[in-house]
Amino acid sequence: MKFSDEFRNGEIAKGLVARIATLLDACGATVEKPLRFMEVCGGHTHAIFRHGLADMLPRSLEFLHGPGCPVCVLPMGRVDDCVAIAEQKGVIFTTFGDAMRVPGSKKSLLQAKADGADVRMVYSPLDALEIARKNPDRQVVFFGLGFETTMPATALTVLRAAKEGIANFSLFCNHITIIPTIRAVLDSPDMAVDGFIGPGHVSMVIGTKPYRFIAEHYRRPLVVTGFEPLDVLQAIWMLLRQIHEGRVEIESQYARIVPEDGNRAALQAIAEVFELRDFFEWRGLGSIEHSGVKMREKYAAFDAERKFAIGQVTIADPSACQCGEVLKGAIKPWDCKIFGTACTPSTPVGALMVSSEGACAAYYQYGGLRKGAA
Amino acid sequence: MTMQPMPRPRRQLQVDRVTLAHGGGGTAMRDLVEDVFVSAFSASEAALEDQARISLADLATSGDRLAFTTDGFVVDPLFFPGGDIGKLAVYGTVNDLAVGGAIPRLLSCAVVIEEGMAIETLRRIARSMAAAAAEAGVAIVTGDTKVVPHGACDKIFITTSGVGVVRHGIEVGIGRARPGDVILVNGLLGDHGAAILNARGDLALDSPVESDCASLAGLIADLLGAAPGTRMMRDATRGGLAAVLNELAEASNVGITVRETDVPLRPAVRGFCEILGLDPLYLANEGKLVAVVPPEQAAAALAALRAHPLGTESCAIGTVTEGKVGRVIMETAFGGHRIVDMLVGDQLPRIC
Repeated sequence: MKFSDEFRNGEIAKGLVARIATLLDACGATVEKPLRFMEVCGGHTHAIFRHGLADMLPRSLEFLHGPGCPVCVLPMGRVDDCVAIAEQKGVIFTTFGDAMRVPGSKKSLLQAKADGADVRMVYSPLDALEIARKNPDRQVVFFGLGFETTMPATALTVLRAAKEGIANFSLFCNHITIIPTIRAVLDSPDMAVDGFIGPGHVSMVIGTKPYRFIAEHYRRPLVVTGFEPLDVLQAIWMLLRQIHEGRVEIESQYARIVPEDGNRAALQAIAEVFELRDFFEWRGLGSIEHSGVKMREKYAAFDAERKFAIGQVTIADPSACQCGEVLKGAIKPWDCKIFGTACTPSTPVGALMVSSEGACAAYYQYGGLRKGAA
Repeated sequence: MTMQPMPRPRRQLQVDRVTLAHGGGGTAMRDLVEDVFVSAFSASEAALEDQARISLADLATSGDRLAFTTDGFVVDPLFFPGGDIGKLAVYGTVNDLAVGGAIPRLLSCAVVIEEGMAIETLRRIARSMAAAAAEAGVAIVTGDTKVVPHGACDKIFITTSGVGVVRHGIEVGIGRARPGDVILVNGLLGDHGAAILNARGDLALDSPVESDCASLAGLIADLLGAAPGTRMMRDATRGGLAAVLNELAEASNVGITVRETDVPLRPAVRGFCEILGLDPLYLANEGKLVAVVPPEQAAAALAALRAHPLGTESCAIGTVTEGKVGRVIMETAFGGHRIVDMLVGDQLPRIC
């Protein structure tokens, strides 16, 4: 398959792994005191496990799986709001597939669907708009979530709905922003990150400049990285080279996709439709200032938050669940008290067990090899 | 009812849509059964008895045990590139018999029809079933028809049961794999799952993938001829290759290693899965066989599969091992390892 097989070449990987091993030794990393790199994106977590990367690399390097899986950081209260909207008479509730299994305090969207709510899986917000066009007598709500990666498509859909006057379409906006999230990780007292494998597709939208504070203020290197396994290996090599040479910089490995200044049209659409919320609630991380966006007054007619009465209640995470510590890299998934026992992919307690991008689900599905061998 | 010769002319439908009257047990129902199903399945016979009667002596000529199976079929859309619900209903049950080492012989067919269905759609399905049965060498000998109100079922549900005769000396089973055995598949995986997802309009692909739905009976006959020591066969339907391998590892108390580079996939299906964030190992197939053969018969088995029209792209994809009992391990193309587990439910496409 063109444009992906080139980035999955096992022979090139062997060479890179050897160079990474040499650099790790040169940086003084050991099995007892490994260097720890956090991949912020769930997409990277998925790639690392799918291709067996952790298994190929020396034990003196450790991956920390960060908070960049939008499904995983969705708090229960928001799922409850989704269910409340979906269960209103006449509503068609549309969502990306992997949000359907996230547990709310009472039920997930999948369970709401089984109970009779009209919940439909879509691949793009434009699909939801099409459903609204075809069902003018129903209220069609799209559950918008994700970082800056998915935000432009949602914004453009709202703009199109406004332009065409599709009054029965609305957006339940739960979009979040990456920068405050990384800052929250860096400000956490148990933070143990030596470098960041930076978001690829978020950076395609926002560019690489917004990350500068990470190097300047927090003195941690970050390499914006693509999602193929060779991308990830190269980024690790670039991070190690910085550490070895005593540099702390924001670099990009993903130049084939990421422009330094981001995508102007996408940023404009985002700015037109959305504005920052004062606070947004995260699963496991608590409330983070300016970490979410809401719809501007101008587009109130398409805002599900204004259209439907919803609780917006904060529901505490289940007490046994340690998703927050896993998200911050303080513990590994299998260190959690309920990993693999009370919390499994078939009965997820924490959101990290739900999505295939969640660190716990990835450890459960693909992992175990390394720990089993250790 | 059973299809037996009948002297009077066959009854004919006078309407173009199914109504609840066609499920009422009166003349409307007899019109439907005779005009649509009996005419398609058995040419000149009609239904008089409540059961098919089968000669035991006749069955006993081809083997020493009966195989008996049943399966329900629901699919949306009813017609898709490469097949339709009728074909699926015949091949699915035929394949479930064949993977047990049986020669499929007889099928039943029970349909639940939603009122309002066009008679012509029903005829298309019945004709497709008849053609599939002829192709697979089975006779549809008994059946049933029910009509339910609008909304009580999704267009049509079909249940087929099948009887086959297990060949003398053939012993296959999910618990019979031994370390060193070789795992074979008869071609490109995931076509059916991709075809159905695409046919639902979930992703507008330029070159639609066709379902692989086919009868495996002939292919399996050739395989068993070449490799009579075959340990196990399964058709990799729902849950895909991953589900079959996990069941095998667990039931046989063995480990399994699969080489990603040897798993045959159509480029379009690989691309499709990349875009949607799906894993092709879990996609359904309707004409793909997973066979486990002892190492000394592996070459002959693979040659026999490749010589059959349904097996030209057959591959040895992995081996049965002593390590990690109950686990399926994939050697990734990239050089790493990962566990291939069972899915909890359906695969859900990833957000980004």
